[in-house]
Amino acid sequence: MENNHLLLEVKNLKTHFFLDEGTVRALDGVDFVIKRGQTLGVVGESGCGKSVTARSILRIVPQPGRIVDGEIMLYLPAQSNHSTLTNVVNLTRLNPRGTQIRSIRGCRIALVPQEPMTSLSPVHTLGNQIVEAIVLHQEVSQAEAREKAIYMLDLVGMPQPSRTIDRYPHELSGGMRQRGMIAMALSCHPSLLIADEPTTALDVTTEAQILKLMQRLQQELGMAIMFITHNLGVVARMTEHVIVMYMGKVVEEADVDTIFHNPKHPYTQALLKSIPRLGQRTRERRRLESISGSVPDPYSIPKGCSFHPRCSQRIVGLCDQEEPPNIEIGPGHKTRCVLYR
Amino acid sequence: MFGYIIRRVLLMIPTLIVISIISFVIIQLPPGDYLTSYAAQLSAQGDTIDAQGLKALEERYGLGQPIHVQYFKWVSGIILRGDWGQSMEWQKPVKDLIWERLALTILLSSVAILVSWFIAIPVGVYSATHQYSIPDYVLSVISFVGVGTPGFLLALIVMYLAMSQLNQSVGGLFSSEFLLAPWSLAKVVDMLKHLWIPVLIIALESTAGSIRTTRANLLDELNKPYVETARAKGLEEGKLIWKYPVRVALNPFFSTVGWSLASLISGQTLIAVVLSLQTTGPMMLRALMSQDMYLAGSFLLLLSSLTVIGTLVSDIILAWVDPRIRLRG
Ligand SMILES: Nc1ncnc2c1ncn2[C@@H]1O[C@H](COP(=O)(O)OP(=O)(O)O)[C@@H](O)[C@H]1O
Ligand SMILES: [Mg+2]
Repeated sequence: MENNHLLLEVKNLKTHFFLDEGTVRALDGVDFVIKRGQTLGVVGESGCGKSVTARSILRIVPQPGRIVDGEIMLYLPAQSNHSTLTNVVNLTRLNPRGTQIRSIRGCRIALVPQEPMTSLSPVHTLGNQIVEAIVLHQEVSQAEAREKAIYMLDLVGMPQPSRTIDRYPHELSGGMRQRGMIAMALSCHPSLLIADEPTTALDVTTEAQILKLMQRLQQELGMAIMFITHNLGVVARMTEHVIVMYMGKVVEEADVDTIFHNPKHPYTQALLKSIPRLGQRTRERRRLESISGSVPDPYSIPKGCSFHPRCSQRIVGLCDQEEPPNIEIGPGHKTRCVLYR
Repeated sequence: MFGYIIRRVLLMIPTLIVISIISFVIIQLPPGDYLTSYAAQLSAQGDTIDAQGLKALEERYGLGQPIHVQYFKWVSGIILRGDWGQSMEWQKPVKDLIWERLALTILLSSVAILVSWFIAIPVGVYSATHQYSIPDYVLSVISFVGVGTPGFLLALIVMYLAMSQLNQSVGGLFSSEFLLAPWSLAKVVDMLKHLWIPVLIIALESTAGSIRTTRANLLDELNKPYVETARAKGLEEGKLIWKYPVRVALNPFFSTVGWSLASLISGQTLIAVVLSLQTTGPMMLRALMSQDMYLAGSFLLLLSSLTVIGTLVSDIILAWVDPRIRLRG
């Protein structure tokens, strides 16, 4: 892998929440990379740490959470003429309220959140909130920023952008709000767009429209996307490379075809079995939740492989004792499972 | 918005009519008739009123006539002539008694509200954004004590301290030489000198509660996704807190502005009695106790009308600050 194609490198990231009841190890050693212009899918059941990963990258992990270990390297194109040089920033080292991370947030790395209904301030117009993001990172006047905001709204397919810009969120549908959020996120041309389940709260038709829009925008603007979802159908459609997370760890990573046609980790296999196949009769449809058991209590992650209590292929005496190593089984295909040792 | 206001104002008219009837019935409830008591009151003071004077009063207020005639005379007097009746106790027209006191009360209360917000909002915001820190605990304890301390007790403590430590009397809004003097620049200056103690006491009485409200409302807002959106934009923490969640958390304050209109008249009566302030509260209390029917009735009517108007004002302010509220209803 050529280094100058690298955009983000997450190494052994550990983010823990220190609650009165105990420590939640939300991220327990996460590794992955994102290349420039790549779409990385992040999948896993709810609670496995997808959103915490996104927040850790942006350094907006809420109290009482803290990054306790690991590195998040962001490779930025250098400002100088030597275009081969890159500027490397270790985001975990920055003061989360400092100017440096704030100049990265919303500018180099932008977020499209999960809840379009509540992610915009109810008492400010859409335009106010987008213009604010623009003037924060770009040297433009208010009037220019407004022009730019209208342009962005047009770009994301907002109907009547020059009127919608003065609307309040409650006057817009969920799909329109999410378009607004995307317009805001893209207004500074970020190198990385983190989309945290951007369509989960939307109906199926709107979801399809938003996904299509994001595909189009990525082709036009060429940013990398970290696409977080628990919907494997969306992964198949949107992403090139996939990481599968389970209890704060990446248990398998591969390109999207391999994940779907040659999954190795028992968790990935179980996850794939749980999606209803297209064309399957309702009557014949398997139970959606085909993974037995549920995610264990986050305060007490099981010893050994954290998936072993639910795993149908577990080896007693091994899986419940030893932490599985990260094994490379093919080019770009890694899994954390002793079966492939 | 404009149509909504017009409609609401029109709807207020029947409410106000009902209120005026109820107020009138209440002031008619005491046994005996007004004229007899009035004459008795006068003669008790060694005064007499001649038959002609009695006749004029009887004519003016329809006394001795059926009750609905009296009601119409009373109401039309207020609406057409600004004549709120005669105070038995003060021997003066009600209209000469209430307006100056009302103005003083409104001045005192609005300054007190502003002072209270000026203290409570920053403190509440600090507490919420530093939840479970030592300053938050200290402020919480102080404000709990504050919530539990009645204003009149605070007034008594301040008076005691001023007396014992500074050897200074803090009662009243004016020095004795200005009490009955007509308004002049010197009187205004004198009032401003006296004003700050009652302002502080009245303000502090509600400050503790406002701190709790700000803190609780803000804590509800701080974890909302829109705050995270603002943070993910790269906004500075202090700026984003004041622009987004604080702005939403303060909505309940705006909505209670209108209701405090009514509490202007009756509110802080205890503090006003303790500090002997020339505000409406003590006067209304006395009018009710001494069955001074026109004076008491005027206060009742003003109080209820201000409640109705205040509710409308609140609704309008709330709709103005919170775009989610649609003014169609
Ligand atoms: N603010 C928080 N306080 C305490 N625990 C949290 C907080 N946010 C996330 N967690 C914990 O981190 C884990 C991962 O959460 P999250 O990343 O939101 O899951 P998801 O994969 O569904 O996005 C969960 O077990 C959750 O309990
Ligand atoms: Mg999530």
